[in-house]
Amino acid sequence: MEIFIPNKEQSGCGLSGIINRKGELIKGEVIIESICCQMERGNGLGAGYAAYGIYPDFAEYYCLHVMADTKQALKDVEEILAHKCYLVHQERIPTRATPGIVSPPRFWRYFVKPRYEGELREICEGTVDEDDYMVELVMFINKNISGAYVISSGRNMGAFKGVGFPDQIANFFRLEEYSAYIWTAHNRFPTNTPGWWGGAHPFTILDWSIVHNGEISSYGTNRRYLEMFGYHCTLLTDTEVVAYLLDLLIRRHGLPLELACMALAPPFWQEIDRMEEPDKSVCTAIRVVYGAAMLNGPFAILFAYNGGLVGLNDRVKLRPLVAAKKGDFYYMASEEAAIRAICPDPEEVWCPKAGEPVIVELEPNTIPNQRSYLRGEALRISAPICRFPSAEEDEEEE
Amino acid sequence: MAFEIDAKDLHYRELNKLIRKAIAEGHKHLVLKNINGQRYIAAGVSAEVDIDIYGVPGLDLGAFMRGPRIRVHGNTQDGAGNTMDDGKIIVEGMAGDVVGYAMRGGKIFVASDVGYRVGIHMKAYMDKVPVIVIGGKAGDFLGEYMAGGVIILLGMYSRYPERPIAGIFLGTGMHGGVIYVREGVPETQLGAALQIEDLDEEDEKVLRKHLEEYCQDLGYNLEEILATKFVKIRPQTHRPYGKLYAY
Repeated sequence: MEIFIPNKEQSGCGLSGIINRKGELIKGEVIIESICCQMERGNGLGAGYAAYGIYPDFAEYYCLHVMADTKQALKDVEEILAHKCYLVHQERIPTRATPGIVSPPRFWRYFVKPRYEGELREICEGTVDEDDYMVELVMFINKNISGAYVISSGRNMGAFKGVGFPDQIANFFRLEEYSAYIWTAHNRFPTNTPGWWGGAHPFTILDWSIVHNGEISSYGTNRRYLEMFGYHCTLLTDTEVVAYLLDLLIRRHGLPLELACMALAPPFWQEIDRMEEPDKSVCTAIRVVYGAAMLNGPFAILFAYNGGLVGLNDRVKLRPLVAAKKGDFYYMASEEAAIRAICPDPEEVWCPKAGEPVIVELEPNTIPNQRSYLRGEALRISAPICRFPSAEEDEEEE
Repeated sequence: MAFEIDAKDLHYRELNKLIRKAIAEGHKHLVLKNINGQRYIAAGVSAEVDIDIYGVPGLDLGAFMRGPRIRVHGNTQDGAGNTMDDGKIIVEGMAGDVVGYAMRGGKIFVASDVGYRVGIHMKAYMDKVPVIVIGGKAGDFLGEYMAGGVIILLGMYSRYPERPIAGIFLGTGMHGGVIYVREGVPETQLGAALQIEDLDEEDEKVLRKHLEEYCQDLGYNLEEILATKFVKIRPQTHRPYGKLYAY
């Protein structure tokens, strides 16, 4: 795949995300209109989307979106999948010729389940270990098959990304034909890393997807830390580490979402000094244990999973992030205009505090294989508006 | 008679051309409808003109401008009043980050909250004294590297009851100008080498003058605002880091 080295003319990437808490499906046009309102934030060297709830017919299967330079690369991937997975369905991802989209790679999707050998089969089939199996498989393909990359690997979700402006990438992947209960979108302005199809956002692993505006200067530290846990960074872009950190901290280590966000954007020591117990001990422990997971540098990120959408800023808010709500719809974007473009009259609009996540999860039991990572009561979220379900809703359920 | 521009689906370049053309034709009052995210509105415009904006203007509203009086009937995004030289921006809602960045003259009145790094590096020279008045609360780094001018922070009309009146690192690197804060601010929020003082008579005059105009523009009650004590934050010296590299 061709790699474009950016000149150093600076701008900022653009982000946009939508979720409907009742799982109502949102048409592709909506997120396209929102991200295209921030056209000035990109330079045509990358755009992408993540969509949740788009494969209801295969909701029980992991969907691998594979991007490949050559027929041979695709064949190599298929050979591995034939050995490692039960394959229920495979097809070319529908695309259309789009002016401005130059020499795109091939895109295929595979709906699979892990195929365990021998005794393992009895122990592992249908367990949470399937996720670990899939992570290992994705890492293996990305690391070993030249010219092929798995760009998303979750259930009932997918990532669509490439080199182009967001309207071009949306047209290329025919995104107006999809409807999702969570959408995230990215308009890229690469600054320090190349513009290429694999380097466009979102970055994903399993059903985690993340879009990012900023630069992660701790990339080297984060990457080496992740390697100890079997994650390999192959996509030449700093944001990749965030996807794997989320998987490690939240899914594998079982941290509540808020604590994981704290590990990524921890409070300053001087703030911790002024805290009361138990917050002080908790924050200290997080900073000590997860020092190598801290993201240094400016960022605004949106990440999503099968069940929620989260927005987070670095701890001194060096990149913009705005949130809004109307009814069951929640919006997060780099600019308020991107929200107003698709929701002219939100009930509330607010600017999240630096380092404090905005967490919006679906209502319980809304979708198959739904995940919730709140894990207990709200911690260090000073603004009640930044966490859904809210504390009151929790009580109602009890 | 106001000159109206419907900005729906207009790119900022076309919009600014229309604005400049209308001003060149002698229009003194422009009304911009259906604004949504267009950047650089009235940037660099040097004229006495009133501009009413309906919708959310994009980044760098009124950057480098000298003279226009802009009223935003709603919220505004980041960088409003970037390096503005003269004129006024009135925001009836909230404003984003880096409002009044390197501002060197004129006024920015915000009815509600502002984001991070507001008034960063604003400066004054002779009779050019930039003024920012914030009706709500401010994020971190308010008045960072401030070299001159006046920031007035009220904390009264905020949508964030849980937040302190100003974020941390207030006035970090500040070496000129003054920040007035209604009801005061905990010292933990302040950057290094600043002092919190009571107002003297001269301060009271300055404060009343600016707040009178602010209340007129935004319909707030002046006496209610002045019913509570203000404090004044200023740098201990105009060269707080003068000895940093002197071994």
